[in-house]
Amino acid sequence: MGRITLEKVAKRFGEVEVIPPLDLTIEDGEFVVFVGPSGCGKSTLLRLIAGLEDVSGGQIRIDGQDATALSPAKRGLAMVFQSYALYPHMSVRKNIAFPLKMAGMPEDEQKRRIDNAAKILNLTDYIDRRPGQLSGGQRQRVAIGRAIVREPAAFLFDEPLSNLDAALRVGMRLEITELHSRLKTTMIYVTHDQVEAMTMADKIVVLRAGHIEQVGSPLELYHKPRNAFVAGFIGSPKMNLISGAEASKHGCKTIGIRPEHIGVSATDGLWKGRVGVSEHLGSDTFFYVHDTGLVDDITVRVSGEVALKAGDTVYLTPEADKLHRFDDAGLRLA
Amino acid sequence: MARAVTTNRKITMTVIAWSIGFLIFFPILWTILTSFKTEAEAIASPPSFMFFNWTTENYGVVMERSNYFRFFMNSVVISVGSTVIGLIIAVPAAWSMAFVPGKRTKDVLMWMLSTKMLPPVGVLIPIYLIFKNVGLLDTRTGLVIVLTLINLPIIIWMLYTYFKEIPVDILEAARMDGASLRNEIIYVLTPMAVPGIASTMLLNIILAWNEAFWTLNLTAANAAPLTAFIASYSSPEGLFYAKLSAASTMAIAPILIMGWFSQKQLVRGLTFGAVK
Repeated sequence: MGRITLEKVAKRFGEVEVIPPLDLTIEDGEFVVFVGPSGCGKSTLLRLIAGLEDVSGGQIRIDGQDATALSPAKRGLAMVFQSYALYPHMSVRKNIAFPLKMAGMPEDEQKRRIDNAAKILNLTDYIDRRPGQLSGGQRQRVAIGRAIVREPAAFLFDEPLSNLDAALRVGMRLEITELHSRLKTTMIYVTHDQVEAMTMADKIVVLRAGHIEQVGSPLELYHKPRNAFVAGFIGSPKMNLISGAEASKHGCKTIGIRPEHIGVSATDGLWKGRVGVSEHLGSDTFFYVHDTGLVDDITVRVSGEVALKAGDTVYLTPEADKLHRFDDAGLRLA
Repeated sequence: MARAVTTNRKITMTVIAWSIGFLIFFPILWTILTSFKTEAEAIASPPSFMFFNWTTENYGVVMERSNYFRFFMNSVVISVGSTVIGLIIAVPAAWSMAFVPGKRTKDVLMWMLSTKMLPPVGVLIPIYLIFKNVGLLDTRTGLVIVLTLINLPIIIWMLYTYFKEIPVDILEAARMDGASLRNEIIYVLTPMAVPGIASTMLLNIILAWNEAFWTLNLTAANAAPLTAFIASYSSPEGLFYAKLSAASTMAIAPILIMGWFSQKQLVRGLTFGAVK
């Protein structure tokens, strides 16, 4: 079991309020991702749940039990750090065994669990090596191994893939998702990478300056962002946010249209512009269109076959039913 | 051309380094040489450097006159004892200052260091009287206590700097893994800080071994270590340079040998963190 409830949890460092009182419920078995720009308080929130930081107010419940005053060791949670935080003087086996040894588990049960974890994570060949002799991906797997042997109530991941190269990151992302579907244990995952958030999460919590901006499934956030911040943060490339006269036509302060929801034509359309930089990804191409008469440049995503080059004139037409409207406070209008 | 310049530079630097090294080592070498001279040759002017009648007579006399082994054992007990107790106190102290610093941690560290700025003689009388009243004068226990206390600031400072180099993530991982504070220090922090702890220990043993002010003033016959052994040969009876040198050589030999064997560890520990 691993149901975690935060009630009016707040954190202050001296006079600075990093996290104003917030409420959040994480259901048992859920994969929840905390996402937000750097400094938004997502790591602090995770550390509050872990018990590595003391809350300044509010209550944290794990499976109904008040855990606010419990030490990290007593909360039954396991954490994987960005820096891996392996014990450099211990072999892989001893690293994985450490939490079991601290729990005073019998040797044969320890061995069974370590062998099992090593098998799941493909660590059997490296089991007697020291962390210094492993690559980044292998180290991260050891850190995950150390977390899973304990069979914790929940796993906490603090930007675990940030130190890996791009290819390895995609691989590990899949491994963690598979691990979740196999173990069905609650996982809380902190990242600033919205692609990780979209691909891994059951539920995404978008944070800004310690506030929860929106909680929802990846597609909910994509299709119905609650405000302009979430709209701009979720999705890659970013949603085009347009204000001024064009927005007034739609009776709002700002309109938003995703790059993939704009039709491109060489002959006619709503907005006329000139192609600036284009980025070819093979499957897709991103165009940055200037001189549209709108306040900002417009990003457009089209299929890889569309042949347009810098300086070409294009006509853009947003898909009317995919248009998002936001009011003066940045909130979504129905 | 450039290579020639570098080679010349290297030779010059080597010569300078060796000269400085020799200059520093010279008093010790002179003491060792003098210990093999006769008393007359020891005070001869001009002194002879290598060409004299080598004799081990002084060592014989010194061994006959005083019980070297007893002084030696006192030195061992006092220096090792004060270092071990100092480390037991300093490891948790340095841990808390490095990993859970408070508002006043920097001030506490400075205050501890400031106690080393006071001339020891300033507190000699109160400490002497306290020791007299509680019966610690001329006891090994008394010296262990006083040397632990005077070297504690240095041990804590050294350990503090080593601990600061250890990533706090690893200690937090240990906490998440269910380690109590005690287990965190024993199984994670200490093994990672071994080079630092070892060099602190070695340096402190050397400091305690050579400490002369307190060991001379608080001991008489029973607890006197090798410093008192040397001092007993600088007597008002007359000049016994050769015997004094023999006693000095015997007193510094153990620590010199220990230092020689552990120099790699010492240098590694002292530069730990400086070159990452």
